[in-house]
Amino acid sequence: MPDITRDEVAHLANLARIDLDDAELDHLAPQLSVILESIASIADVAAADIPPTSHAIPLTNVFREDVVRPSLTAEQALSGAPASEQQRFSVPRILGDEQ
Amino acid sequence: MTETLMPYDDAIAAFDPAMGLEVHVELSTNTKMFCGCSVEFGAEPNTQTCPTCLGLPGSLPVINGKAVESAIRIGLALNCEIAEWCRMARKNYFYPDMPKNFQTSQYDEPIAFDGYLDVEVDGETYRVEIERAHMEEDTGKSLHVGGATGRIQGADYSLVDYNRAGIPLIEIVTRPILGAGEKAPAVARAYVATLRDLLLGLDVSDVRMEQGSMRCDVNLSLAPKGSDELGTRTETKNVNSLRSVERAARFEVSRQAALLQAGESILQETRHFHEDTGSTTSGREKSDADDYRYFPEPDLVPVAPSREWVAELKAALPVPLREQRAQLQADWGFTDLEMRDVVAAEAVGLIAETVAAGAPPQAARKWWVAELTRRANEDGVELTELPITPAQVAAIQALVDAGTLNDKLARQVFDGVLAGEGEPDAVVAARGLAVVSDDGALGEAIDRAIEANPDVAEKIRDGKHAAAGALIGAVMKDMKGQADAGRVRELILEKLA
Repeated sequence: MPDITRDEVAHLANLARIDLDDAELDHLAPQLSVILESIASIADVAAADIPPTSHAIPLTNVFREDVVRPSLTAEQALSGAPASEQQRFSVPRILGDEQ
Repeated sequence: MTETLMPYDDAIAAFDPAMGLEVHVELSTNTKMFCGCSVEFGAEPNTQTCPTCLGLPGSLPVINGKAVESAIRIGLALNCEIAEWCRMARKNYFYPDMPKNFQTSQYDEPIAFDGYLDVEVDGETYRVEIERAHMEEDTGKSLHVGGATGRIQGADYSLVDYNRAGIPLIEIVTRPILGAGEKAPAVARAYVATLRDLLLGLDVSDVRMEQGSMRCDVNLSLAPKGSDELGTRTETKNVNSLRSVERAARFEVSRQAALLQAGESILQETRHFHEDTGSTTSGREKSDADDYRYFPEPDLVPVAPSREWVAELKAALPVPLREQRAQLQADWGFTDLEMRDVVAAEAVGLIAETVAAGAPPQAARKWWVAELTRRANEDGVELTELPITPAQVAAIQALVDAGTLNDKLARQVFDGVLAGEGEPDAVVAARGLAVVSDDGALGEAIDRAIEANPDVAEKIRDGKHAAAGALIGAVMKDMKGQADAGRVRELILEKLA
């Protein structure tokens, strides 16, 4: 039976940049366990002949021709940006490295 | 911060290096990996984006079929297995170089895996095993504002251009390269150089390291000599020239050896290479942040290349590099040693182009391998980065063949072309470099030389023709090098017969 520990929830919250205090962790960890248990019950109905899948329909190889289509203008691209400068998206100071 | 370094030879005497190389290659498709935006280099910022590559709500990606084809061809050329079925995956992180907050990549199901590439160093062949080659997309380009040097550290904020975000990228990952010992940095360089030639032959990428369309990360660790354990590794990111690949590996060997010798441990971290000093500095420590929570991309269906398609692509691959080189060597009439020097100088392609432009192969070899390689080393650049084209080298050789220039003058024409003085003809005219073929002027110079060296002249009259060298030297000096030494010799022997 799946179980998610309080430490694991804290780790996930950190990875997702969600700031949870102790009370919230106490509250959420058991809830997530229940959700995982519910999802796990799917395993009970899946027989050995049903392969695990990540997609609802069994399609493969949906490809696009390598043909250029018009892009947005820079004005359009930047229209939703909270801040821009030099025709670029302005983002807060980055901590850490490029990927 | 100055690092303590152990001299390279001492480091190699005490430790065995293990290397892993990750090479990112931007494909030269017309459009991005998942949308129809152009991938052309050098466009104005944020003019090649759309809702899909900006990660706007409601947009859906569709895979570029041409990119899949290129990925399979690269895999096949690297002797890899091609997956019968594989998926894209989301790599989640918070760095703003991807507007989606994730990069669409592949995780445990790469399209190509288990291959190898043979590379040659000093006539010895090293087999570099390929773990995988997978498909992903490039990230945007950040400009860091404020702070001292435009670097990320100390910046106040950053400006992002997403033109590059979404360009098809293939990441090629080697297994640990072991047993290369002192040659490890040279093997790393030869691997990247060979890979570059292979990709050029496939016509799948521009492979311009200086433009970033091919980038290399160098993982390196040391283990005490003779031990079969692997040490803690560092990952030096974005090493952007062949020369830098070798230098970064050498530097890490010396740096890590000094730490280990002092009883300290190696920090598992990313490091940055600096072209100017040839050193690496600490980047980011490996941490929880490297948990990317990969999961299969729900917006894209799996890729399942049919075996017929793979076989078709395999049949149409160009001749393998090794065979291509053997054929070129035969065509050019080079000895094994000459060909080895050509390969080591990374000049195969340049010589091929120079020969195609009309130069004799041996002359093309002489200029690129001896003369121009030396100049590239002096300037600390790649041979291909020198501001001279194969056509210009062929043009200079044509002037030599026509008797307009001798080798010494030709070198001065190289000086001029490299200094940006224009085409060879223009340099010859502007610098007044043509050989003097006026026998009258030569005759006067010879008379002066004979007068100044009566004893030498006497020997030649006595039939000791070998002594002519001293007179030829004097005449060449008098003519400031602008004479054909062979003709001078003929004239001297005629006069003193």
